Amino acid sequence: MNITIVDYNSGNISSVVNSFKEVTQNKVNIEVTSNLKKIKSSDKVILPGQGSFKSCVDALNNINGLAESLNEFVINNKKPLLGICVGLQMFADIGYEETETKGLGWISGKVSKIDNQNGKYKLPHIGWNQINIIKESEIFKDIENNSHMYFVHSYEFVPNDKNVISSTTDYSSSIVSSVEKENIFGTQFHPEKSDKIGLKIIDNFINL
Amino acid sequence: MLTNRIIPCLDVKNGRVVKGINFVDLKDAGDPVEQAKIYSDGGADEICFLDITASNENRDTIYKVVEKTSKKCFVPLTVGGGVRSVDDINRLLNCGADKVSINTAAVQNSEVVFESSKKFGSQCIVVAIDAKKNADKWEIFTHGGRNNTEINALEFAKKMENSGAGELLVTSMDRDGTQVGYDIDLMSKISSKVNIPVIASGGVGNLDHLVDGIKLGNASAVLAASIFHYGKYSVKEAKEYLNSKGIPVRI
Repeated sequence: MNITIVDYNSGNISSVVNSFKEVTQNKVNIEVTSNLKKIKSSDKVILPGQGSFKSCVDALNNINGLAESLNEFVINNKKPLLGICVGLQMFADIGYEETETKGLGWISGKVSKIDNQNGKYKLPHIGWNQINIIKESEIFKDIENNSHMYFVHSYEFVPNDKNVISSTTDYSSSIVSSVEKENIFGTQFHPEKSDKIGLKIIDNFINL
Repeated sequence: MLTNRIIPCLDVKNGRVVKGINFVDLKDAGDPVEQAKIYSDGGADEICFLDITASNENRDTIYKVVEKTSKKCFVPLTVGGGVRSVDDINRLLNCGADKVSINTAAVQNSEVVFESSKKFGSQCIVVAIDAKKNADKWEIFTHGGRNNTEINALEFAKKMENSGAGELLVTSMDRDGTQVGYDIDLMSKISSKVNIPVIASGGVGNLDHLVDGIKLGNASAVLAASIFHYGKYSVKEAKEYLNSKGIPVRI
């Protein structure tokens, strides 16, 4: 199996790479690249993302043909992709961080700032919070409901179709902590930093 | 519910742990990688390395430590000490640090905080504030607590939030190493001044101090070194105690 972790200058991806290497123990070929050919020939793709929605979309669009190749992989070829943090947020049509920015449009919806209720809730939402699993998902196989995952974000994905939400997390309101739409998977939390339980989610994705 | 984090901190000098855990079965008590792994296996919510290497020649040792640790620990790793520039931050992140804590450089030039948070995201920029009480206010100290800048700590905290810091690591210089508890007044004042999470540091001697840091100091996370190093308490014991006091923790 070939897995590509998309390296598009979206910030620090070494933790993502380390976690996949730990889980696969050299049994799976892991490429860290933005090479379009390699992405196209992959079996699975990981789309990480750190920083702002705008900076990630800009970085992605800076690489000629990358958005199109990902689109072909996900929409035409229906192959599995996992978006992490801003990687998930970019599935949306539009994001409002810094300025209004167009996303990949794979799952219709928007990315807006978490309502901090006039300072009652600190932002970024940093730390370990529980996920309420609301949809059976293969990436949550053997994951107990209310497990703690590591979060760090100030913006939330608000999809139009609530059926894509696979788990939610309580912070200020019920925020989307993961989505699943056919072959498209995304976690707002960081499985690569969520200890053994996070590595299990990565393992589940690899074994899809 | 968002849990409060417990963060053990390891002082690293020339690539070796200075104050280590006294475990008999530890193969190499000075190896930061092995110690970090013990903490993460024990339920630490995050690991913090503070590099106290004095000479420039040995600065590279911390990069190797971070690189090795990030291949073994799958909880967030924060690294601070001697971080001067955006390049230093970039290098630490590339080695596998998840967050970088900036102290002296942030005081000397807040542009470092602004630029690095723009470039890498606020989520990985922690500003470390070392403060000491002087009459009715707190002043910022730099260079590992040696230089008094006379800058007001509360105002500086707000400035750092506005510059793009994602978190503040607040250490009371009066309490650091004393084991008499955090400076609760300082923690709660800074926490109510800013809307970003505050990590309390400096002065922990027992588990009630951790409870106070969260309940009275309104800290999102509590950092401690010696109570864990010397095996007085394990991270697990600390979490169970916090839990018994009604504080949400990841167990």
